[in-house]
Amino acid sequence: MFEEVGTTAEGDLVINVGPQHPSTHGVLHLIITLTGETIKNVEPHLGYIHRSIEKMCESLTYRQFIYVTSRMDYLSSHINNHGCALCVEKGLQIEIPPRAKVIRVLMDELTRLASHQLWWAAMGMDIGALTPFFHAFREREAINDIMEETCGARLTMNYMVPGGVMVDLHPDFQKKVKAFIVLFKSKIDEYDELLTNNTIFQNRMRGVGYLSKADAISYGCTGPTARGSGLSCDIRKLYPYEIYDQLKFDEITEVDGDCFARYMVRLKEMKQSLSIIEQLIDNIPSGDFQAKTKAVLKLPKGEFYSRIETARGEFGVFIVSEGGTTPYRIKFRSPGFSNLSALNHMAKGHKIGDLVAIMGTLDLVIPDIDR
Amino acid sequence: MNNDELKLILGELIPSGTVVESSEWVTLEIPYAEGKTIARQLRFTSGLDFDYLFCLTCVDWKTHFTLVYHFSSTMHRHSLVIKIKLDHNLPEMATVSDIWRTAEFHEREVYDLFGIRFLGHPDLRRLFLTEDWVGWPLRKDYEDPVNMIKL
Repeated sequence: MFEEVGTTAEGDLVINVGPQHPSTHGVLHLIITLTGETIKNVEPHLGYIHRSIEKMCESLTYRQFIYVTSRMDYLSSHINNHGCALCVEKGLQIEIPPRAKVIRVLMDELTRLASHQLWWAAMGMDIGALTPFFHAFREREAINDIMEETCGARLTMNYMVPGGVMVDLHPDFQKKVKAFIVLFKSKIDEYDELLTNNTIFQNRMRGVGYLSKADAISYGCTGPTARGSGLSCDIRKLYPYEIYDQLKFDEITEVDGDCFARYMVRLKEMKQSLSIIEQLIDNIPSGDFQAKTKAVLKLPKGEFYSRIETARGEFGVFIVSEGGTTPYRIKFRSPGFSNLSALNHMAKGHKIGDLVAIMGTLDLVIPDIDR
Repeated sequence: MNNDELKLILGELIPSGTVVESSEWVTLEIPYAEGKTIARQLRFTSGLDFDYLFCLTCVDWKTHFTLVYHFSSTMHRHSLVIKIKLDHNLPEMATVSDIWRTAEFHEREVYDLFGIRFLGHPDLRRLFLTEDWVGWPLRKDYEDPVNMIKL
């Protein structure tokens, strides 16, 4: 599991965790300096899945580049696509039809739910509880089936396109989502019984990996990681896009700043997402699912930035256009990248066993960080 | 604070900056020699309090580089874009990682992919690529016949 690489001059032990380690959820490589069992320094070593997506996008058209972004944060692929589509629409000044807006929000929230479910499953497994994994995957399967029917894919959806969504909803969509709401409502309390109220679990989470609000701001943390430290940073509330300003939902924040606070934020967010889906599922407007756009998109000369809330935090798309059919430069501001930069600060002084809990509550997706 | 008020205050505070129109946010172009001083002013002047650096990146314009900093304030909820032109032959800029800790990773990324040296950075090494990698991939003149497929 761990490979020893040596000792420092002060007699500290230096070990590697990863790149292939079950608790790093992908190819994250950490070089850890230890005094006894206490962490002195954690140095993330990135790049194992760096594909230079930004360079790739410079030779792809505005319709093509969106497909690549599904491969970044594969658990929020809908939301990644959505962010890119928003940025292109901002440049072209397209107003999308109301039906497309509602479909997009529904898909985003289903994705957020599925992503948080997978995180919850993996979180339990990291700590040593294997049962939650099967529970959460059972419910996530229902979401994946819904996605598969409408989008044709279970992971890399590529469903949102500039101007709206690619195809209309599957005829069974409403029926299946309603069935899912009933199913998930009966299961979400089980999540609390299984993990949240467990004494051993709480002992491992409370007071571990403290991040103050000031540090969360300084490290550029976003999403549940920052909201666990009491920072209000939900893009859906602060800079509403699509129809989020017309929906009733709460921004969840906790003040403790430890692993348990971040855990509770995500758990409560699942209920908020479910409530958004409930509000919308019977109110999908009829009409077009796509605005009329030109076959070849050309963004005017200038710079465009769009922000969107993924399951992990703020995802930013920065396009520099020279007026051509491809972007001159594109930058993806991924939430995981900034959240990871706070890991060393959070882990210092804790025992090596706690590192797994801290990493788990950061909800890292490595392709999102490496890009 | 809205954009017009922000422009007014920034005009007084930073006389060497020029306001350019490029996005929905106020964009200020500043000379690179004053970069660090202005960064401190933006962070610590009360009323501005740009405490949140949410994006730091670079654009290669072939004749020069432009560093682009996106700031916002978690207190006042206003945003600002700062642009700094850098020389193409010797791209250097003072680090801001001591003011915003998130810049530590972002600057390493920019160094890795554009080859811009951030003076005073605590740990300026390649982030994604291996230490022995030759060249700076996101520059426009970068050629790699093995790993790059031209369409």
